Amino acid sequence: MYIDIFMLDDIDRRLLRLLQADPALGVPELAKLAGMTPARVTRRVEHLREAGVLQGSQIVIDWAVLGYSVAVSLRITLDKTVARAFDDFLAAARLVPEVIEIQTFLGRVDVRLSLIARDLQDYQRIYRQDVLTLPHMADIEALMTVASVKADESLPL
Amino acid sequence: MTLDDLDRAILRALSANADQSTGQLGQKLGLSQPATWRRIRRLQHAGVIAGRRLVLDAAKVGFGVTVFLGVKLATKGRISLEDFERAVGAIPEVQRIEHVLGLYDYRLRVVARDLADFERVLRRRIMTLPGVGNVEANVLLSEERRPGPL
Repeated sequence: MYIDIFMLDDIDRRLLRLLQADPALGVPELAKLAGMTPARVTRRVEHLREAGVLQGSQIVIDWAVLGYSVAVSLRITLDKTVARAFDDFLAAARLVPEVIEIQTFLGRVDVRLSLIARDLQDYQRIYRQDVLTLPHMADIEALMTVASVKADESLPL
Repeated sequence: MTLDDLDRAILRALSANADQSTGQLGQKLGLSQPATWRRIRRLQHAGVIAGRRLVLDAAKVGFGVTVFLGVKLATKGRISLEDFERAVGAIPEVQRIEHVLGLYDYRLRVVARDLADFERVLRRRIMTLPGVGNVEANVLLSEERRPGPL
């Protein structure tokens, strides 16, 4: 896969760093923090959007506040002798509402699901009814999240 | 906190795109702009909306590789978890740190420019962390975030 790399200059980097720290910053605040005129900030940000570098922003939901106190990372190995193993598995995993992230890998693990549950009893129910019934699994391993130490996912620009 | 259907619709919409104005969002949901704004404020105050994340195309700005590492500490008890967490938290390429229970002690999400750059981060920064033992690496191929149970 060939990806066209967008060459960032120092000004782009400065703006993206500020936005990574606080995506809610408006043009006037950005201009003040970056020491630029609002018109220049607008042009730069527009350019980054048009180039597809800046894709937008999303809210981060704290599931614990909504009563989901259990977070589990399920590491799954699929039965690769089945041709459609990945597609079938991913389609079925998307139907489990408590799955909040799906990642596929090159490595010892094929797929990882981030699962949330209200408590251990709830986890047990989801695990038995919705996870163990997913298609083409060869092996499954669970890591329970004790604490999230860092989760900002900023890029070191 | 308990949510009603409108709260859930707001959370779903902002999880997909938090850049839309409260006016635009309200219009889609059949709510007035002030009513939408009040609901968002309430969700923020309750801590349901914990923050906002910028969505960048990592590959486009030169971070072509994302790796998840499972790290097992070698000398449990002798090394303090705080020391490990402080040291790993200071590595700019480490985006996410989770303390986990199971096969590994920590899960790390690491970005790098390419595989050679990842190897440099792994050798110079990760393998030299205090107390680090067995490390398993899985290279990310695809990722999707789901709306969750809303």
